[in-house]
Amino acid sequence: MRLSLLSRLGLRGVTVIGLVFLYVPLVVVVILAFNKADSTLWPPTGWTLDWWRQAWHTSAPKNAFVQSVEIASAATAIALVLGTLAAFAMSRFSFFGKSAISYLLVLPIALPGIVTAVALKNTFLRRIDLGFVSFKVGFGVHSIIIAHSTFCIVVTYNNVVARLRRSSPNLLEASADLGAHGLRTFWSVTFPLVRSALVAGGILAFALSFDEIVVTSFTAGPGDQTLPQWILNSFGRSKGVPVTNVMATVVMALSIPLAWLAQRLSDSTESIAGRR
Amino acid sequence: MERPRAVSESVASTIESARASASDRSTPAIQLVRLRKTFGAGDGTVVAVDDVDLEIDQGEFFSLLGPSGSGKTTVLRMIAGFELPTGGAVLLDGVDVTQRAPFDRDVNTVFQDYALFPHMTVQRNVEYGLKVKGVGKAERRKRAGEMLDAVRLSGFGNRRPTEMSGGQRQRVALARALVNQPRVLLLDEPLGALDLKLREEMQGELKAIQHDVGITFVFVTHDQGEALSMSSRVAVFNNGRIEQVGSPRDIYERPTTSFVASFVGTSNVLSAALSERLLGVAAPHTLRPERIRVVDATHVLDDHDVAIDGVVDDVHYLGAESRVRARLDDGSVLIAAVPSDGLAALIAGQPVRLAWPRRAASAVIESVVQPEQQGENQ
Repeated sequence: MRLSLLSRLGLRGVTVIGLVFLYVPLVVVVILAFNKADSTLWPPTGWTLDWWRQAWHTSAPKNAFVQSVEIASAATAIALVLGTLAAFAMSRFSFFGKSAISYLLVLPIALPGIVTAVALKNTFLRRIDLGFVSFKVGFGVHSIIIAHSTFCIVVTYNNVVARLRRSSPNLLEASADLGAHGLRTFWSVTFPLVRSALVAGGILAFALSFDEIVVTSFTAGPGDQTLPQWILNSFGRSKGVPVTNVMATVVMALSIPLAWLAQRLSDSTESIAGRR
Repeated sequence: MERPRAVSESVASTIESARASASDRSTPAIQLVRLRKTFGAGDGTVVAVDDVDLEIDQGEFFSLLGPSGSGKTTVLRMIAGFELPTGGAVLLDGVDVTQRAPFDRDVNTVFQDYALFPHMTVQRNVEYGLKVKGVGKAERRKRAGEMLDAVRLSGFGNRRPTEMSGGQRQRVALARALVNQPRVLLLDEPLGALDLKLREEMQGELKAIQHDVGITFVFVTHDQGEALSMSSRVAVFNNGRIEQVGSPRDIYERPTTSFVASFVGTSNVLSAALSERLLGVAAPHTLRPERIRVVDATHVLDDHDVAIDGVVDDVHYLGAESRVRARLDDGSVLIAAVPSDGLAALIAGQPVRLAWPRRAASAVIESVVQPEQQGENQ
């Protein structure tokens, strides 16, 4: 497409402004994590590792970090299993109500977190009586994991569905045609086919769970605190701000390479043979 | 055709054992007995294959020809074992395999979209069938290498299927199937995705390979030219049924139904009434356009000729020949393919006399033509 010089310069300018707006605050956080002054003074007056030492020697941020990792791992594992099963069912079979179910599967990610949070809170605090068995979910790490799985499933499901849609529907038949039994076909064809989609979906699900705060606040037990919750609480106290900058920097350092990997795996240009 | 010959010979040597084991030539390679397949249930039931009986002999190049939705692909998929018949039986070499899984049948398939494994190299794609059957590494490397040579892809073993052109992928798919030395090779519109030139080249190659390896080929196509030029016999499908089975010459020159006549090449169908008037037989007849001549009103007919007057609708110039559409007095249309020279005078609206040898018209059964079916897996 040909653009006039003026519009080209204009679009370039808007793009730069947009990127600056998005990324300068992140850079500021990293700089503040090393800022000598005991506040968010700008510009920094000098450099220090004090806040890193403080973060290291305080147990609260570390515990919150570990708890977040545990919850995100568990929610991701659940999402991988259920999302993959759903993706295969949707791509391999056609049945009554299929499009409705497909919609219901991806709806949780579009629902406002506050709605999910209130709904789950209402459910978890009640005793559920099914006649032959009655139980109460209650609140704790387990309820956070269950709550997070509801929207983590969406990203794993979407990734696997996209991969299956791009691959030839005949691949499994081709494998059987060449003499492979079901299990053999699974390990030699099916699993390798979706492997990178699983990794990408898993990373995204993990990230989604890791920084969730609304649903977490509603479904957490009294003693539970995830990293986002801890950061939110500390941020309210001026003394806590420098350490939150440190934790934010740590999370950023961990998530940037993971995000890059997820992007590469799910958006990879390896087009699947057999699709024209 | 130098190249295809060389290719096919090397394929032949790698499949020699398959030929040797083609035991009893009198048992048909494939028998379909009242084969039936319906999709859906209740009012929505679609009959994709409607009680098909068919015998395919050892070593034949057999084409299943028909429009999309006619059931030909579904028949192929039932032979491969991908679809379970609703009724009837599939016999391979006289053995009933109707209930057997695809991996328990000595047939291999070349898919329309090739279905190459995207995460494997070309070499590993071709080795897959051998590996699954427990053939040792050295042996399968050797056989896959030979087969890749045979399809002119030596040196491509380390590539991914995605790095290859359509024609190359097609040959990988062929190598991957043939390396297993199947008794029957099933091909589901394997040339459909190729451009015209490549397509014609592959037609020659496939035919030569089949000729030399002697494996039975079952070839699904909707392209009548392809079916006529490649096959030893053709089955023409319509609405889940076989309308006619025969050699390409039979199918083209002596179609038994009006559907076959119009689907295979262009053909005029004379109604029963018109046939009675012209030929004295009250049954529909077909008439190939190239058998019709445009003659002067003064032309003296001999006893073997039939003639009718009409008005020129349209003259379609195709180079060496032209197609003249003429409307007859009963409102029907006849198409005549005539040499272009000497036609300059013919223009639309002009009266014209058409003549043809009496025996050029053959009686056919009026086919039931239904709207396109759904449910065929393409």
